[in-house]
Amino acid sequence: MTESDSATAPRVSEKGAAAVTMRNVDKAFGDNVVLDDLDLDVDPGERVVIIGPSGSGKTTILRVIMTLERIDSGSITIGNAPLYHMADGTTPANEKRIREVRSHIGMVFQHFNLFPHMSALENITLAPVKVHGVARDEAEQHGMELLHKVGLAKHANHTPGELSGGQKQRVAIARSLATRPAVMLFDEVTSALDPELVGEVLGVLKDIAEEGETTMMLVTHEMGFAREVADRVVMFDHGKILESGTPSQIMNEPEHERTRSFLKAVLAH
Amino acid sequence: MSAQASSSEPMIEHRSIWKRPVTWVAIVAFVAFLVILYVLGTRELTFGTDVAPDPNLKWDWPYVISLIPDMLNALSVTAFATVYGFILAVILGFFLALGRRSQSRWISWPVSGFIEFVRSTPLLIQLYFLFFGLASATPIRFSSNQALILGLGIHYATYCSEAYRAGINSVPGGQWEAATAMNLKPSTTWTRVIIPQAIPNALPALGNYLVAGFKDAPLGFAINVTGLMFFATTVRGRDFRPIEPFLMIGVGFLLVSLPAAWLIRRLERRISYDRI
Repeated sequence: MTESDSATAPRVSEKGAAAVTMRNVDKAFGDNVVLDDLDLDVDPGERVVIIGPSGSGKTTILRVIMTLERIDSGSITIGNAPLYHMADGTTPANEKRIREVRSHIGMVFQHFNLFPHMSALENITLAPVKVHGVARDEAEQHGMELLHKVGLAKHANHTPGELSGGQKQRVAIARSLATRPAVMLFDEVTSALDPELVGEVLGVLKDIAEEGETTMMLVTHEMGFAREVADRVVMFDHGKILESGTPSQIMNEPEHERTRSFLKAVLAH
Repeated sequence: MSAQASSSEPMIEHRSIWKRPVTWVAIVAFVAFLVILYVLGTRELTFGTDVAPDPNLKWDWPYVISLIPDMLNALSVTAFATVYGFILAVILGFFLALGRRSQSRWISWPVSGFIEFVRSTPLLIQLYFLFFGLASATPIRFSSNQALILGLGIHYATYCSEAYRAGINSVPGGQWEAATAMNLKPSTTWTRVIIPQAIPNALPALGNYLVAGFKDAPLGFAINVTGLMFFATTVRGRDFRPIEPFLMIGVGFLLVSLPAAWLIRRLERRISYDRI
């Protein structure tokens, strides 16, 4: 890890994307250590793809940032705001501060997790109206813009049950964009899709990446997509970062044998 | 807004249960039935009949017909005790379910204990306690009907709470995670995300408890409720005719139970969410 410049770099970009800083983060499920004294720095607006074998803990990185799992010790900072700061591993996270910091983070899940009893538009406007106090008209207008952006404007009134997997995932992406997060987390968002639907979702992700309004952390097995979109690829194994570098560095000349064999297995597939 | 929803594909029926005709047919039918019963059952029980039963017949039609108005009165008492009790059960049960899920042990343990205690003791004993026990030990006095409604309500609240709990547990974990990721307040998560999915899941079980509660309502006989059981035993005692009144109240129970069970089965079939 060569992140010496990140200490002085701006923590929030002009477009509103925020840096993510993880220091000495530990997380274990029982005896199973998933994050082992992890340090990770993501610059504002940076697009980081996290790769690694399944069970290596890469999804857990996103889940602890989203506060779906609590860390055992260490600190996580979003922009300038500490989400967790547990230097000695005992200070509990403050619920109010977590809520405040969490409002700048968005997450898209492997299994969409759309609300099945609401239309696509209602899914998108719920958080802006209920959490951020946006007026309903305004939220709906912004929601329609987002649906337009992901190519689903005419499906605004459809419930998730009436949409295909790729459409659901695009609605889910629009929903997480609705609160204009400074950091977006994408957890294997194409893994549950039929192969022919993967392209439409990756297309939307590329659009978001190009706009650069948000820091993106993606866990994915789509290496072609990673090569195209990522500023940096992080190879993760056994709770630690094995190596990290530009996509071509990691994919063409990885330093570690472990990375080489993993890439070989994924690309052969 | 450039993109109004003008889909070329047919719009499929929205899946909210309140937008389905069957829900409203069921509700209207049920309310109409109660209104009819209420109107029929407004008179006091008289047991007055000018028709003496024919001792040579085991089943005397004119005698049976003369008893019908009184039977409907009694049916009305039983049915309304059930309905009021069940309304209490549905509301109280929801709060019991929330209490049992509470993060605080000071709430969840006593609530769990109460639920297990009530579920594991017979309703008949609970009715005795409410009607005779409380009256002898405390200044609290319940009428027979009040004690039956309260007894049914509390007893079935514990069952309903389990139905709610199952309904809440059947909401996938991803829904909670999405709510967290969207930073929804706990109250918004409950009212907008969890409850709208949990209630339809719980409805079939709740419906079954309504029918079960109706069939338990004759236990009110033990605390002098003038329902169907009281009607039948009184007639039997006066005229020494057990066959007619007991068969009649059997039919009276069927009149309510069968349509209710049918409606519940229909609801059950219709209310099934497409899981994402």
